[in-house]
Amino acid sequence: MAWKRKDLLSMQDLDAAEIGDLLDTAETMKEIAGREIKKVPTLRGKTVVNLFYEASTRTRTSFEIAGKWLSADVINFSASGSSAEKGESLLDTAKNIEAMSPDVVVVRHKASGAPALLARHLNCAVVNAGDGAHEHPTQALLDLLTIREKKGHLDGLHVTIVGDVAHSRVARSNIQGMKTMGMTVTVAGPPTLIPAACENLGVVVSHRLEEAIAHADVIMMLRLQHERMQGGFIPSVREYSRVWGLTVARLQQCRPEVLIMHPGPVNRGVELSPEVADGPYSVILDQVKNGVAVRMAVLYLLTGSKAAA
Amino acid sequence: MSLLIVNGRVLDPANGIDTVQDVLVTNGRIAKLGRGLKAPAATATIDATGKVVCPGLIDIHVHLREPGHEYKETIGSGTRAAAAGGFTAVCCMANTLPVNDNRAVTDYILARARVEGVVRVYPIGAVTKNLEGTQLAEMAEQAEAGCVAFSDDGKCVMNAELYRRAMEYALPFGTPIISHAEDCHLARDAAMNEGIVSTELGLSGQPAAAEEVMVARDIVLAELTGAHLHIAHISTAGAVRMVRDAKARGVRVTAEATPHHLLLSDEAVRGYDPNTKMAPPLRGKRDVEALVEALADGTIDCIATDHAPHATSEKEDEFEEAANGVVGLETAVPLLLDRLVRPGVVDLATLVTRLSVAPARLLNLPGGSLAIGTPADITVLDLEEAWTVKPAAFRSRSRNTPFGGATGRGVPWMTIVAGVPVKP
Repeated sequence: MAWKRKDLLSMQDLDAAEIGDLLDTAETMKEIAGREIKKVPTLRGKTVVNLFYEASTRTRTSFEIAGKWLSADVINFSASGSSAEKGESLLDTAKNIEAMSPDVVVVRHKASGAPALLARHLNCAVVNAGDGAHEHPTQALLDLLTIREKKGHLDGLHVTIVGDVAHSRVARSNIQGMKTMGMTVTVAGPPTLIPAACENLGVVVSHRLEEAIAHADVIMMLRLQHERMQGGFIPSVREYSRVWGLTVARLQQCRPEVLIMHPGPVNRGVELSPEVADGPYSVILDQVKNGVAVRMAVLYLLTGSKAAA
Repeated sequence: MSLLIVNGRVLDPANGIDTVQDVLVTNGRIAKLGRGLKAPAATATIDATGKVVCPGLIDIHVHLREPGHEYKETIGSGTRAAAAGGFTAVCCMANTLPVNDNRAVTDYILARARVEGVVRVYPIGAVTKNLEGTQLAEMAEQAEAGCVAFSDDGKCVMNAELYRRAMEYALPFGTPIISHAEDCHLARDAAMNEGIVSTELGLSGQPAAAEEVMVARDIVLAELTGAHLHIAHISTAGAVRMVRDAKARGVRVTAEATPHHLLLSDEAVRGYDPNTKMAPPLRGKRDVEALVEALADGTIDCIATDHAPHATSEKEDEFEEAANGVVGLETAVPLLLDRLVRPGVVDLATLVTRLSVAPARLLNLPGGSLAIGTPADITVLDLEEAWTVKPAAFRSRSRNTPFGGATGRGVPWMTIVAGVPVKP
């Protein structure tokens, strides 16, 4: 199947065939990571700009490694020490970068919709590496790849996403992608952290952790941002962790083959007890590993489509 | 100079007139209505065959941006935009720089309007000094200088005690207090309406309750003080219900709705176009339905555009960072004719009422009627002419409209102020 999109902005845009295609391509990329010489010439002469307006270690590094293994020239542009600090608008910065003819701009921004704004104005491919509370499509793709590897399929699986769904782009991308792939999704958290009209996304909403995880094939724990207490969303981290933290005792009530996932970085002892994070059900490091493969696939497909056009 | 408008469908809801006849204007006033009127010497004749001749339209909620933000709009450009859109009078809000919270600024606006304005300009004064919500503005002097109402529009006066005093203090002037009803804590600077669309887009949402708790508070205060409360840009079904109930109880409350809240829902925000961002935000489909119903039954007294010009650089931005507001003067009448009157949702007489006699009565303004002897402010509509919204061709200095490229039929064909056709 030929890839047709100029940009990767959201999981909501993608149909099941496109997601399947991306995952299949990512699987072939994984082989490169196992080689002694981790480099193929596929994207030689292509330029990838990582335009990061928010602090990020793993996502930026993951895109950087993905680009480099494919032989692209990868440039990292972060908001600190750049024109963004001098008051230049996002669009001005992006147009200046485009004048240097990159093939792909990977953007991370605190404002929902910032990648969509860039995609409207730039001729090169734009990849959303996380925008506000909107989407983080490559995270959802690496999660789906991890689940498919471990379970052998996606269709019919039951996933429970726990925590701050309201502010989570990881949750939104996963909900959209999982629904498209025929999975059943439950979201669980205190009502203050569940977004308005959440049921309309096609998920079951639960306010009791034990009930929500009892029948799950996959449990995805979200990171709790400490600033949520200021907004009056939760009274304290202590109480949150007591009511919503995943502990060994709670895990014992779950299905025997359950997968524990987390987009990272983990607040140890808050949403996940250390024993669970490092335990046999945890696939957190597989997620990180698959992240590189998924991003290689994304860069490959987006630049390939452009060459074909 | 005299003017004879012949053969138009004269629609004057205030006087129950809707017949094809002529209108004779002399010395800037309506002189005579009737069929086959003879033009006196030196009279220009306008053939309005097939067109609708109605009282000049009045927009009581406009941001002219002068003084202080002339890069967005001036009294000259804003009133030309008004004339191009069929409006013969506008009321301008107080959130200028400096704020219109004292007589000197009111005098300045009126002086500029005399020089630059091509339609009538009525200033609205601030309720509190510098719109800070802590101290009353000098409303008595402002009323004396010509302010026709008071509002901190753009901001909500959160202190209920101060707002009560403002309502009481303004009683002797006969000027309404116009409420920008938005609880700032519930609204928490949210970029759009709270609902499934904000959830999907990952944008912060403000619930309808942010407006409704303030409408409820202000109705209670109007009841307490006997003041005339006017709700600006009403946007939710719940707020409409409360206004309807309050009116039935005899509370002096009136309300306006904007064309964008009557025609667009929060679905329009998908795509993150900052031209769909305004305060209050575009609401849900049920809210839009409730507004249209309330416009038809009179719960909503008038339509006002909340014309809010912004420079492209302030709008072409991340959605959450972009300025609130859209321009409306040049698109309101065409859109309303095409989207409400043409499909029969609202009849033409009702639309003309909500745009002329109702706002005039609400703010005690001259106009809104074609009665003999009144100032000859007249708008002539062509219900059939096709249009396309072309922001680049706006008379306004700003281009921030969510309706760019829209098409339809029905336009303001001529705008006449004090008996003289305005060339915008």
